[in-house]
Amino acid sequence: MSGLARRFTGMRAVLRREFHGYFASPLGYIFIVIFLIASGYLMVSRDFGRFLELREANLDALFSYLPWIFVVLVPAVAMRLWAEERRSGTVELLLTLPITLEGSYVGKFLAGWAFLAVSVLLTWPAVFQVARLGDPDWGAIFASYVATLLAAAVLLAIGLLFSALSKNQVVAFILAVAASVGFLLIGVPQTQEFVGKWFGGYVERVVSSLSLLDHFETLTRGLLQLNSLLFFVLFTVGWLVCGMLVLGQTKTN
Amino acid sequence: MTETDHPDSVPPAVAAETEAAAPEAPPPEAEAPGEVLISVADLTKHYGAIRAVDGITFQVRRGDVLGFLGPNGAGKTTAMKMITGFLEPDRGSIAVAGIDVAADRLAVSRRIGYLPEDAPAYGEMTVEAFLRFIAEARELEAADEAIDRVLETAHLRSVRGQTIETLSKGYKRRVGLAQALIHDPDVLILDEPTDGLDPNQKAVVQDLISSLSANRCIVLSTHILDEAERVCNRAVILSEGRILVDSTPDALVAQAPGHNAVRFRVTEGDAADVAATLSAADWCAGARVLPGGEVEAEPMDGQNRLNDVLAAVGEHRVADVRVREGRLDELFRDVTRGVAA
Repeated sequence: MSGLARRFTGMRAVLRREFHGYFASPLGYIFIVIFLIASGYLMVSRDFGRFLELREANLDALFSYLPWIFVVLVPAVAMRLWAEERRSGTVELLLTLPITLEGSYVGKFLAGWAFLAVSVLLTWPAVFQVARLGDPDWGAIFASYVATLLAAAVLLAIGLLFSALSKNQVVAFILAVAASVGFLLIGVPQTQEFVGKWFGGYVERVVSSLSLLDHFETLTRGLLQLNSLLFFVLFTVGWLVCGMLVLGQTKTN
Repeated sequence: MTETDHPDSVPPAVAAETEAAAPEAPPPEAEAPGEVLISVADLTKHYGAIRAVDGITFQVRRGDVLGFLGPNGAGKTTAMKMITGFLEPDRGSIAVAGIDVAADRLAVSRRIGYLPEDAPAYGEMTVEAFLRFIAEARELEAADEAIDRVLETAHLRSVRGQTIETLSKGYKRRVGLAQALIHDPDVLILDEPTDGLDPNQKAVVQDLISSLSANRCIVLSTHILDEAERVCNRAVILSEGRILVDSTPDALVAQAPGHNAVRFRVTEGDAADVAATLSAADWCAGARVLPGGEVEAEPMDGQNRLNDVLAAVGEHRVADVRVREGRLDELFRDVTRGVAA
């Protein structure tokens, strides 16, 4: 076994168990239903997406609000993953099997991500409708799904870190929502204006380059820019690595 | 299939045949000590300023069932967590089946079956799904056979489809044991396998552990000496992270205060007279009438003095005569309190 594969020993078993776990209880289905209702509502609502009023054959009305739904729903997907494991003591069982900490951590991440992917792909009727009503830009739709999954990945990695930090699922959830909101607020125009006014244009550009919303929007417009893709990948990996370091400390408490 | 294919772990009968086939192989000796499967040297672990485990050294061989005894907080659980690689020691070394735990935890985890304290398991899973997950994590090729085997061994067939959170404590503990056995490991580490169970459930789990002891090495922790006596052939008493006694349960029992004391009921005659006569005997450390009216005579040397007692009783008529094992809990307190003082 190569060194890298060895480092992630046990990932597959953990991934399968956790993914099935979402569908073993009503919670997973409830999550999907809430997600679909919320995204559908924001898409057609006159106050938000105004999909029906705009009469355009694109899905901006759907995708532009997904990060804000994720801020609440992704921490709900993540909170159980480590907090429950530590509360019930199964973490000791898990990490004395031939499973590495990295393998189990990434396995849980991928399970949560796959579950989110299933939820996101269940928005297909919106795509179907747009295709029926007009002639959408398929590239932009594809890129929007990629952007949505990448945004979900970053927020899931944040949620997983707080799940590793607290044994209490509710605490993990609240901290993760707070951190995710903070992460998103970096990108709203008001914050950037404020930063620009007080710290100057250079700092504003740095902060702006750290904005999840800006990178998300770039991608949803159909521009699969390398720096935006890298932003998501690097932040996801960064949060995952931080979470593993945290878990290494907290697993025995 | 699993690690049973390892030549070290073939059953004795098969081993004898194989060795007989080799021309100059030494005759198989049933009495020969098994190979060392766990070797712990100078193991130390601190939690902040508290020394949980303080330089312990011991070895466990194939065929041994070693009981870790000690009060709560003695370091039993910490020591076990280090042997399984869950905790890293501050100092010292551990080798399981010749593999250094610090160097290759994964290889060690494949040789160990571990039942953590309170037998944690994923409550929302069914027994069978849980065992399937363990089999998958352990990359067992014949998972179905392995699951069937441990369901049988741990008497879990009737609840295989039930979710674990709906099971009683005794069943949950057996699920934990089944999980630890699924890869037929050489080394079993069981942290308080019977703690919190009712007497019937305790007996079931103890019998199960006894049935597993052949050709393996088992380390279990308990704070019940009786249990150690029932299932272990070696007893290590820990207190404040140090090994106080490394002995056999039988030897421990022989040291217990009141070992071989004779107790009986006087049916005809005065119990106080009998006690006085016995107290006067030169072998007797003391005899007294117990609150229930029974007489108990303790020998000075811990030997079985039943005949002397019966001779001294003389013409008095006695009934319910029995030789007592000794007050194990008292010995346990004496030994462990010495350190605490």
